[in-house]
Amino acid sequence: MKKMTVGWSILLTAALVMAMCFPAWGRTIKIGVIGPMNFVQGKGHWNGATMAAEEINAKGGVQVGKEKMKIELVKADSNEFLSVTDATNAMERLMTQDKVDFVVGGFRTEAVLPMQDIAMDYKKIFIGCGAATDSICNRVGENYSRYKYWFRGTPFKSSYLARTSFSHLGMAGAVIKNELKVPVKCAIVAEKASWTEGMIKAAEATIPKMGFELVGVWRPSAVATDVTAELSAIQQSGANMIFTIFSSSVGITFARQAGELKIPAIQVGINVEAQKDGFWEATKGMGNYVMTLNTYARGIEVNEMTKPFVETYFKRFGETPTYTADTYSQILDALVPSIEAVGSLDADKIVAYLETREYMVPSGKIKYEKDAQGKPTHDLTWGPGYLTSLGVQWQDGKLVAVWPNKWKATSTVPEVTYKGMVPLKLPPWMKK
Amino acid sequence: MGRGVLPYLFIDDVDWGIMNILITGLITGSMLALLSIGFSLIFGVARIINIAHTAFYMVAAYCIFSLSVKLAFNPVAGMLIAVVFVTVLGLLVYKFLIDPIREHEAAVLIATIALAMIFQEAILRIFTGDYRTVSALIEGYFIVTGVKVFYQQVLTFGVVLVILGLLWLLLMKTRLGLAIRSTAEDREVANLMGMNESRLAMITMGLSVALAGFTGAVIAPLMVLSPYMWMEPLIMMMAVVVLGGLGSIKGSFVAAYILGFTEALVVFLIPKGAFLKGSVALSIMILVLLLRPEGLFGVYFEEER
Repeated sequence: MKKMTVGWSILLTAALVMAMCFPAWGRTIKIGVIGPMNFVQGKGHWNGATMAAEEINAKGGVQVGKEKMKIELVKADSNEFLSVTDATNAMERLMTQDKVDFVVGGFRTEAVLPMQDIAMDYKKIFIGCGAATDSICNRVGENYSRYKYWFRGTPFKSSYLARTSFSHLGMAGAVIKNELKVPVKCAIVAEKASWTEGMIKAAEATIPKMGFELVGVWRPSAVATDVTAELSAIQQSGANMIFTIFSSSVGITFARQAGELKIPAIQVGINVEAQKDGFWEATKGMGNYVMTLNTYARGIEVNEMTKPFVETYFKRFGETPTYTADTYSQILDALVPSIEAVGSLDADKIVAYLETREYMVPSGKIKYEKDAQGKPTHDLTWGPGYLTSLGVQWQDGKLVAVWPNKWKATSTVPEVTYKGMVPLKLPPWMKK
Repeated sequence: MGRGVLPYLFIDDVDWGIMNILITGLITGSMLALLSIGFSLIFGVARIINIAHTAFYMVAAYCIFSLSVKLAFNPVAGMLIAVVFVTVLGLLVYKFLIDPIREHEAAVLIATIALAMIFQEAILRIFTGDYRTVSALIEGYFIVTGVKVFYQQVLTFGVVLVILGLLWLLLMKTRLGLAIRSTAEDREVANLMGMNESRLAMITMGLSVALAGFTGAVIAPLMVLSPYMWMEPLIMMMAVVVLGGLGSIKGSFVAAYILGFTEALVVFLIPKGAFLKGSVALSIMILVLLLRPEGLFGVYFEEER
């Protein structure tokens, strides 16, 4: 009896020791996907991550040192459009209850900033896939030891969004001068939100330097339901180009009402709602000729990875991916290769490896920037050969890409044209 | 000299601006009037502060979206069905949620806030947070003294006037209307005179919610639908009701147009501050209240005996 008890004790102890020595038996890599899940942005986060996880797991998982681990996704609804508190609570739960290893996602700057702080408190790598504000990455340069676990996955920062938008304005302005033989008069219409402030200031300074007349700045509410007053005033000003800076529902209202009223101006800039497949239906077809910055469009090849990603996503989810679906490339091309290269889930080792990498993603090539003092900011490099995004335009129910089309960022760099570009079209009522 | 850009009468900037403010103010004011009169009605008769009032308006808008866009119903039929549905929903809510706790005003306030949030979450689950739109009944626009006006806006304005007219007839020319006004004036005396105050409250609730439903129906083609669309008009509606005088229908009507025109003025005079139109309207409400705390047409309520 005594011998049996001793025997069982030895067996139990051995089992415990083995469990401690091999803690990863059946262990998965937990990746939290955080975003506004009831909205298309959050759905993009989740869908992109799901595609990546399935692809990786189908191949057996991630090689972490000597063992293979599968990816387990944890969905977290940040509800950030309505409540920043909900977003921070969701991040806390990911850290404390779900105990995730990594986090991808986030959308609104107001929510991403505090979520970033929480992830940094727990020293978890958080790859942002939605917020563009420069300051999110400036923190990395200012306090590297604390914020080094943050990387921007998409989009590039606001100042680059502005530069890209100015390139679009330049192209549209050239088309107006060429086809209509009139000077370009530009109106700025930007929703009242923190992310637009810097862009408005930059636009007010840049538009006159481009040889265009700036006729006014209008700031409707981000959720304005009627902009006929603004549109009347814009038409009265003689504007033939409208620089739009919208991320919320006002983008639909503005496009619809401008189209219905046949305002004789082309809309160019950022209109997040116009990036979605549902925009045409939402504007009842009145959003024709609206141009916006975007990341993906069907039929466009930035590189050899673009089309397979876009078409697989479309086949799987019935819609073209928006930029928040770049959780796909951030898991597949950023995180996983870094984990496999360092052979562990150690965040410090992964950070040190990832921040020096240059790697291809479906939207271009990622290289992380450094600030003027040479300190890493983990922000995305913009420009030919890296990330440029696309300029897309709604043309008769189809979202087509019109930029970059023979685009030269500077006089010394070569022209850039992606496969599948078509010419920009002016609304026919501008020509009357 | 006029602009000479469009083929209509020459106008100068002042005339154009005034016309724009007039049209925008009339339309915004009419929509606020429809919403706030319903709210005022139920408060005046039954002392119910129905925070879910604009949530009913949201439910009506989504009903129309479901019926006309998803199920391809005739839009007008869809609107009528939506109003009936929302009215029945409102009556059920009154019967089972509000009536049992009606004497406790704070409890009613909290219950209606909860109800509004329940509607919001239900809409979010069923329709997601994606923005939705409904087709206009009449597409296109016409030009009046240099200003482009949507046919749908004019239709909306016309329907609102008709509804307000019918409401006036109901309240002023019918026995039911007399009973409602009497109860609003003095609930206890009306009860003593043999009016069934509880039944009147239920009828008024139905009327109030029907007005909210009508508002959703006529405004839906002009708006972008989202599960949070009930919040913004709630604040403006309450500003109208407070400015006009709690419980005063005439006050709500006048205040709606005052704040509607205020919003239009802000958008035209301060383009960079168009988003401030709500804040400016609320500031005017505060200014008026400082001078006249009972509102423009309100009366001091006697202490309940």
